[in-house]
Amino acid sequence: MLPVYMISGGVSKFTKARPDVTFQRMVKEAYDYALKDIGLEPGRAFEIVDGTIASYFSDHFTRQLKAGSMVQDYLGLCPRPSKRIEGGGATGGLAFQSGWEAVASGRYDVCVVYGFETMSHVNTWKGNEFIALASDTNFDYPVGGFYSGYYAMMVVRHMKEFKTSVEQMALVSVKNHCNAFHNPYAQKRMKIKIEDVRNSEMVAWPLTMLDICTMSDGAAVAILASEKALEKYKLTDKPVKITGVGGGLDAMRMADRPHRDVILLPHEKAEDYKGLKYPGVHSFRAGRVASKEAYRMAGITNPLGDLDFIELHDAYTSSEIQTYEDMGLCRYGEGGRFVEAGKPFMPGIDYGYKFPEQGKIPVNPSGGLIACGHPVGATGIMQAVFAFWQLQGTIGKHFGNDFLQIKNARRGAIHSHAGTGTYVVVSILERGF
Amino acid sequence: MAEKKIKLPETEEGAVIFNVPFPEDLSQLKKMAPIIIKHHYEIDYIHSYGQDSPFFAGLANGKLLGTKCSKCGYTYGTPRLDCMECGGECDWIELPKEGYIHTFTICYYGSEEFLKETPFILILVEWPGVDTLFLSRLVGVDPKEASLDWVGMKVRAQFKRLSKFKPTDVYFVPAGKKNK
Ligand SMILES: [Zn+2]
Repeated sequence: MLPVYMISGGVSKFTKARPDVTFQRMVKEAYDYALKDIGLEPGRAFEIVDGTIASYFSDHFTRQLKAGSMVQDYLGLCPRPSKRIEGGGATGGLAFQSGWEAVASGRYDVCVVYGFETMSHVNTWKGNEFIALASDTNFDYPVGGFYSGYYAMMVVRHMKEFKTSVEQMALVSVKNHCNAFHNPYAQKRMKIKIEDVRNSEMVAWPLTMLDICTMSDGAAVAILASEKALEKYKLTDKPVKITGVGGGLDAMRMADRPHRDVILLPHEKAEDYKGLKYPGVHSFRAGRVASKEAYRMAGITNPLGDLDFIELHDAYTSSEIQTYEDMGLCRYGEGGRFVEAGKPFMPGIDYGYKFPEQGKIPVNPSGGLIACGHPVGATGIMQAVFAFWQLQGTIGKHFGNDFLQIKNARRGAIHSHAGTGTYVVVSILERGF
Repeated sequence: MAEKKIKLPETEEGAVIFNVPFPEDLSQLKKMAPIIIKHHYEIDYIHSYGQDSPFFAGLANGKLLGTKCSKCGYTYGTPRLDCMECGGECDWIELPKEGYIHTFTICYYGSEEFLKETPFILILVEWPGVDTLFLSRLVGVDPKEASLDWVGMKVRAQFKRLSKFKPTDVYFVPAGKKNK
């Protein structure tokens, strides 16, 4: 496999609705930003781009099949080859890795990964219906298909198993909304307290409105390049290297998840988990194997010490806590206490609470899905772009302020997750200069 | 934060219009507000339950069916005809009427199709000796009394008399209470 670099990225501001543009132009905004950031003219870009990956989740939202080809022609990239990637909530992360594969294999030297979703085209509850169609439509959807309900059942089991509390979950919401306060790309920028989360409307017990990400319209673009292209075109002196990719998958029906032994990371021992049945519905086995594979490839043996930050798929506050554990930042069962100790908060930001270990490893410094929004096909690529800027040290340039820049960030992880932990992918990005 | 916005609900009915104002000067067009139209979409599928069909026939006849692998013995609380453990073919079995709540939630919102049924309770049912779970509805408890103590509650399957051939033809009630 050849080394692969990310050389630029762009994100449209995620908002509840973008009626002023169609999806093609929304992608173009992110694409133009990415080109401009490396001083690449669109005409020149056409000459050097070998192919693209289109990332979008639901044909129901667009009511347009083959939307990817319409983006491609709008960007002026015909007749370059392209393909569409879809994998529920993990669509963006899967597409990013698909771009990596295209370059790592030597097929493309420069690959544009673009993603979008236009969720505002139906009302919120119809949108939830579309999303719930990503559950077994014979056995699960007709019972009351609702993703917030599914995740609520998963965290109820986590609470029962490990004594995780709703206040611990609320802290994730406090952190991510407060981080997003400094991120101009985010949809929901607000400083809130634990009580605000608990007092907001109940959606699926025990998850409230502020435990759950919102639907958005948005687009994001990542440009990947080979070493050869890096040297030949000299587009950036701040490339970021993709040093690890991993993926996993679990049974679509939560009911089908096994109850066995924990799949261990290198720093864990079987004795840590005596009597724990795994993954059940309290943990995401696919997230564990995705992390394990990505860590092995990147040479990470102690994720808490070896990573400077993580952008992970916090569609729910509960799933962020569950993901700390899958990614080995703490042991299974300790996710609630991990956030309570302040470990995933940013250092140096005042959240209105005192934490004994604030800033150990910032998780979702951007504000994550909960605050940035979750235009599905764009989300995983948005994470890549924010991680890319962190590693370049250019958050100040792109956000207009430096609050969220992690000092001297050298290595970060991005984590993209679909339907109750079915598709999960993890990619490791490192400063390449 | 926390304070609720006072506003009228947004609804999707509206006027039918056949024209809009148009500027003389075409350079003004880029400043024009977007035209947003309502587009109706409706479809009937001819959906086959395929190899899962006996499950629905079972519900219509008051039986909750799972499957058991003929090769490795893995037992499915939600049926599948081919074993995901060993690839062997499974046989149909009848599951016990009584099981236990593995986990649950109360949906105060839902997908549009189920919004009118809120609040409703979803549970995953477990049975001793059955390797996988089953998603269903729980009725007969007060949503306001939700607590983690519900996990482990003994529940009993009840069936709709007029079958809809949906997985909701079966639902669960607390097994402790008398249900007439
Ligand atoms: Zn078997």
